[in-house]
Amino acid sequence: MTLSIFLIVSAALFCVGLLAALSRRHAIFILIGIEMMLAAANLNFIAFWRFGPQSPYPTGVMVAIFSIAIAAAEAAVGLAMVIAIYRHFRTTNVDQLNRLKG
Amino acid sequence: MNTVAFVVIAIFTLTFALAAATNPRLMHAALSFAAMFVGIAGFFFLLGAEFVGLVQIFVYVGAVAVLIVFTILLTRRDVEKDRGFNWSGVIVAVAVFAGLLWAIVNTASVSVAPPIVKALIVKQIGEALMTHYVWPLLCVGVLLTAALIGALVLVMEDKPQ
Repeated sequence: MTLSIFLIVSAALFCVGLLAALSRRHAIFILIGIEMMLAAANLNFIAFWRFGPQSPYPTGVMVAIFSIAIAAAEAAVGLAMVIAIYRHFRTTNVDQLNRLKG
Repeated sequence: MNTVAFVVIAIFTLTFALAAATNPRLMHAALSFAAMFVGIAGFFFLLGAEFVGLVQIFVYVGAVAVLIVFTILLTRRDVEKDRGFNWSGVIVAVAVFAGLLWAIVNTASVSVAPPIVKALIVKQIGEALMTHYVWPLLCVGVLLTAALIGALVLVMEDKPQ
């Protein structure tokens, strides 16, 4: 068990999130891909905290907690935007959302 | 740390992540997304950050997954299935993964064994949050309030005059 295998799993998770964000055409699943990439970053923070030199404050854990809070706020605003866009355009397919002015 | 547990959690997490990223049925993909976060919480337990693992389960499996399922149900008249899949994203994702893998394998300083550390208890986290990290905590509180009010304003119906 070394740090590098955690980093490899986290890189794989990040790339699956990137795949979801780039390939899906549905707005909700682009958000899911972004959440996956944020989770991969959290995993990196916790792994580096566990394997790095010990400090008096658990900084890696704190960054992960704040990152989870910010990701939750992002999900709430993003899904509210999906609902607002659906009401206006009657679609959630990002290829059909090609006008800024409704 | 337990190698068998690591392999099991890694396979579980990556399988559900791939299912969430590629399953054309929206509801199944959303439930795979929730299961994937249980796997990530398992990694946090394995690394000795039990509090973060529990927060992850409460926030993602408890709140964000339910929010996503509600949004899928509210926009259901649109598409039951996801239309189309852009294959150029696969090429980009594989290229990024190859680059990251090359960087990780070629860095000597990351192949270290875990040091023996004292367990992190919740009392320490609470004390650090209330002393050293009190300003970030207050900022996150303001940010969450602003984000929730913003989300409510975004979905509010326009009343006909």
